Amino acid sequence: MSTPTELSDSARRGSHAGQKPAARPRRISGRVRRLSRRDKMVLGIMVGIPTLVQLAFVWIPTLLSVFLSFTRWNGLSLSDIRAAGVANYSYVFTDNPAFWPAVQHNILWLLFLAVIATPLGLLLAVLLDQQIRGSKIYQSIFFVPVMLSLALVGIIWQLFYQKDNGLLNFLLGTAGTPAAVDWFGNSSINIWAALVAATWRHAGYVMILYLAGLKGVDASLKEAASLDGANATQTFFRIVFPAMAPINIVIVVITIIESLRAFDVVWVINKGTNGLELISALVITYLIGEGQSIGIGSAFAVILLVISLVPITIYLSRTFRKEKF
Amino acid sequence: MSASTTTRPARPATGRTGHGRSRPHYGTHVFLTVMAVMWMVPLGWALFTALRPKADTDKYGYFSLGGAFNFDNFATAWTQGGFPRYFMNSLIITIPTIILVLLCSSMMAFAVSRVNWKFNITLLIMFTAGNLLPPQVLATPLFEMFKLIQLPYWFSDSGSLLNTYLSVIIANTAFQIGFCTFVLSNYMKALSADLTEAALVDGAGIWRQYVSIIMPLCRPAIAALATLELIFIYNDYFWPLLFIQSGDRLPVTTAINNLQGTFLSNYNLLAAGATITVIPTLVVYLVLQRHFVAGLTLGSSKG
Repeated sequence: MSTPTELSDSARRGSHAGQKPAARPRRISGRVRRLSRRDKMVLGIMVGIPTLVQLAFVWIPTLLSVFLSFTRWNGLSLSDIRAAGVANYSYVFTDNPAFWPAVQHNILWLLFLAVIATPLGLLLAVLLDQQIRGSKIYQSIFFVPVMLSLALVGIIWQLFYQKDNGLLNFLLGTAGTPAAVDWFGNSSINIWAALVAATWRHAGYVMILYLAGLKGVDASLKEAASLDGANATQTFFRIVFPAMAPINIVIVVITIIESLRAFDVVWVINKGTNGLELISALVITYLIGEGQSIGIGSAFAVILLVISLVPITIYLSRTFRKEKF
Repeated sequence: MSASTTTRPARPATGRTGHGRSRPHYGTHVFLTVMAVMWMVPLGWALFTALRPKADTDKYGYFSLGGAFNFDNFATAWTQGGFPRYFMNSLIITIPTIILVLLCSSMMAFAVSRVNWKFNITLLIMFTAGNLLPPQVLATPLFEMFKLIQLPYWFSDSGSLLNTYLSVIIANTAFQIGFCTFVLSNYMKALSADLTEAALVDGAGIWRQYVSIIMPLCRPAIAALATLELIFIYNDYFWPLLFIQSGDRLPVTTAINNLQGTFLSNYNLLAAGATITVIPTLVVYLVLQRHFVAGLTLGSSKG
């Protein structure tokens, strides 16, 4: 949807700041109107309020996170803030027992979504994009979890995973026996159980996005490919998939960001402890946990920020590279 | 983008004949059916458990068909779990947030997409990036800021923004504006420049252009975003968890966490509670599915 708009045409003609897009000469020749004083004021308010909200409650807090990560503070009085240099970071990297497990879990989360959940969503989309009977019904079923909050996903899967009364252990024949697995409680497997729950939601999301993407692929491309003797697999990987490049980027970014944002599921299960440590959960543990240590929590937040900036930058540069700065 | 989803070309049976293609679909159907059944199991299990009285599951076990099936657990969970209160809280938080988000983001989107000025793209990038941050990145300073903001006690019994609905509304609004601005600005950019030029000739000011020309044309996008935001904010677990300490002010999504404590080891009630919280989303899904899907794909189809 990157069609050049009239706006960017006029931008190329070089109108100055605070000016309307240069009017098309054929319509009102020579009447490049400057904004009236009143229009400028209106525009100032229209831009000012949202920008103020965005700065005050998103970007300034983000910068304050960076600041606080270099301080020692118990969160009580502003006058208690003490400079701490990089002490918080050295503690996080070397002494904090939860940090490296959390990093591993975040990477695992990303890999699992990237290798299993996202391709599964793509597969479902490709299968459902064929004109098969009941396609809409299948789509609805796979889509339901997308509507649910991740917190609720955690609760619903908890019922399914329970040690003695859960369906899974019953299906495995281990319910009520000593061999019964506590899927969310056992620290060596609960991350996998949580990932399956996350996949339940993520795959449906990816499916919906790819279904829209597939419909946007020119059918004549596929026809041409099949006339040239390409089979379905070749057509998909050589023609259709590359043609969906814009959606692919979005999916990659969503997958990375979802794996960094993963929080709700593990917080519902056990507040991100005992095998379910995640960087995002550590931030909150240090904020609301006993013995508040704002500096250390902020150091975790900054690490999360730095990692997040990678996919965000990729996405923004892809999205805005065609626009004029 | 979204236009292409409606004008889907009828797929002619290319290559092989139409009937010849139906054979491979058996495998597809088997696979899809297996997946669909697996997909329904977790919710189905919750519903199944919720419909059975605790006494019967204790007697026959959770994996049985014995005993009664009724809605008693739902009634009990509804009253014991305090659901009317929680749903009210969700409403109090969700509705103002949606209005604020759409108002702010449509103004911003209008300014960056319909008027040419120096920093419009820079600001749009800032807004878009803001929405992509993990909320935990800004959680700590935001919490401390809200704690430091002094408010009169008639307004907030904590004396600060903490533990108020307003804190959650502000955080959600700030966080969602970016996404909606991005989507709406793309939508508005695609509208012809002639529209506002004509108005300009007639001497219509910026505000008139925004209210009476651009906004009415954006109705489909606004409807899609309103539906999407309704689900997003209803489903928001994090901000209330952070800001609201009083249990009776929590919205549904955050309160379900407490149900685990309230319905200690009564899985039937927990399942009923979980199912109750699904109902509003399912209603939205059934009534507004088209808008919801349109909203999701609007946000992603920018290439």
